[in-house]
Amino acid sequence: MPELPFPLPTVQQVIFSMVAALTVFGALVVVLAPNLFHSALGLVAAFFGVASVYIIAEAEFIGVSQVLIYVGAISTLITFAIMLTRGMMFGATSPRNRQWGTAAIITSLTFLVLVAIVSSVPWPAVGEPISQGHEIIAGLGRAFVNEYVIPFLLLAMLLLVALAGAIVLARDYK
Amino acid sequence: MDWFELIVIPTIRSLVLIVVLLTGFAYLTWYERKLLARFHVRYGPNRAGPFGLLQPVADAVKAVFKEEVIPNHVDKAVYLLAPALALIPALIIWAVIPIGKGFPAVADVPIGFLWILAVAGIESYGVILAGWSSNNNYSLLGALRSSAQMISYELPLGLFLISILLLAGDFSLVNLVEAPRAWWEWIWLWIMFPLFFICILAETNRSPFDLPETENELVAGFQTEYGGIKFALFFMAEYINMITTSAIMATLFFGGYRLPFGIGGEIMPWLGPFILAGKVVVLLFLFIWVRASLGRPRYDQLMRFSWKTLLPISLGYMIITALLVVFFK
Repeated sequence: MPELPFPLPTVQQVIFSMVAALTVFGALVVVLAPNLFHSALGLVAAFFGVASVYIIAEAEFIGVSQVLIYVGAISTLITFAIMLTRGMMFGATSPRNRQWGTAAIITSLTFLVLVAIVSSVPWPAVGEPISQGHEIIAGLGRAFVNEYVIPFLLLAMLLLVALAGAIVLARDYK
Repeated sequence: MDWFELIVIPTIRSLVLIVVLLTGFAYLTWYERKLLARFHVRYGPNRAGPFGLLQPVADAVKAVFKEEVIPNHVDKAVYLLAPALALIPALIIWAVIPIGKGFPAVADVPIGFLWILAVAGIESYGVILAGWSSNNNYSLLGALRSSAQMISYELPLGLFLISILLLAGDFSLVNLVEAPRAWWEWIWLWIMFPLFFICILAETNRSPFDLPETENELVAGFQTEYGGIKFALFFMAEYINMITTSAIMATLFFGGYRLPFGIGGEIMPWLGPFILAGKVVVLLFLFIWVRASLGRPRYDQLMRFSWKTLLPISLGYMIITALLVVFFK
């Protein structure tokens, strides 16, 4: 292929821009939409965008897990809950209350701090792609049951407690 | 170079796949109507073309030329998005299904298994969006039923998939098909197949679990406000889901694109897609057979069956599978 006078954007760059636009759009819908159900759908779009970013970064496992857990389970439950609460369903609820100005200032400051931190840290760059996806998953699994077994078990305990708590809360005391 | 490899080739492969699937969908409707007619001792479609073979074409033309009606009271953006979102998961799952030796459908990713689980998780969105945006109580009830049903049956489905994963020891579907299995593994898998098939029936909203669209109580459920090509898209999603899940079951339980006992596979690799298609047709017959034979359960029976029967069984099955893998493999 002959050299071009200007660098063409690579496929990854183009796809990344599209995905980033989708993510930002979804996030904006979450906070700006007057209808709660639209906000939930915006959340789904944002989750999808984040998952795609993981996949572009060749972390397919994390990306697909993101879709599985956040889009497939959590967001479905959110939409489900909204559909069960009739008042919130069709009426327009205002996304702003008295504190929106304060919240805007705090979030933009947090954003600036995050940008400053991310751009100042010298991130270690990986020279070559990690060979096999299979190896990554196997490595993750091994790490869970060896070095990180205590945090893993604690997390499992936490989830179990949350599950039991949800059942206790939802039980119908006669 | 990059563009060619990353965009053009996958696009062509996807287009071929989509055309094949859409044709498959069209003739699946014919297949189902013919078979149902046979079960009912009728003739079925027999006017358009020989054996009614042109009937799907006539139906497609009719759906396309119907007037686009968008009711006034719907949430327009979501209403239009829903049919597309119903169809997309059914198609993108094919990205990881291996259709033959040497040509995996679109991508042989190392996480094929997870991909199937993830896409199964997002399948309910089309129905939920349709039901909500229609602004109609029947539609809403249908959508609520559908999402509750899909969440409930996804659990045992996921646990069964994890058991298969434990047996295979690999996330890649190509490796799953290629790897040799011991005889007890096959038998252990096939014991589970009927239960897995029940979960699949519930996931695809097929009869007898078609409670989101029960015509005798909910008009047409979430599809009530849809007509013309938009209705056809929902219809398409359901039928392509049938084809897709059949292909998944063929891959997981029946050796995918390979013939039993390793006949012919090495000599004629191009036979792969045809063998897979054959297995899919047999499994589709199963779907239609069930539809013709069984009545619809009540909604509470459906939920109780999932939570009190299938879930414990699938948990037990998973534990036993793990023990089997530890001690025999």
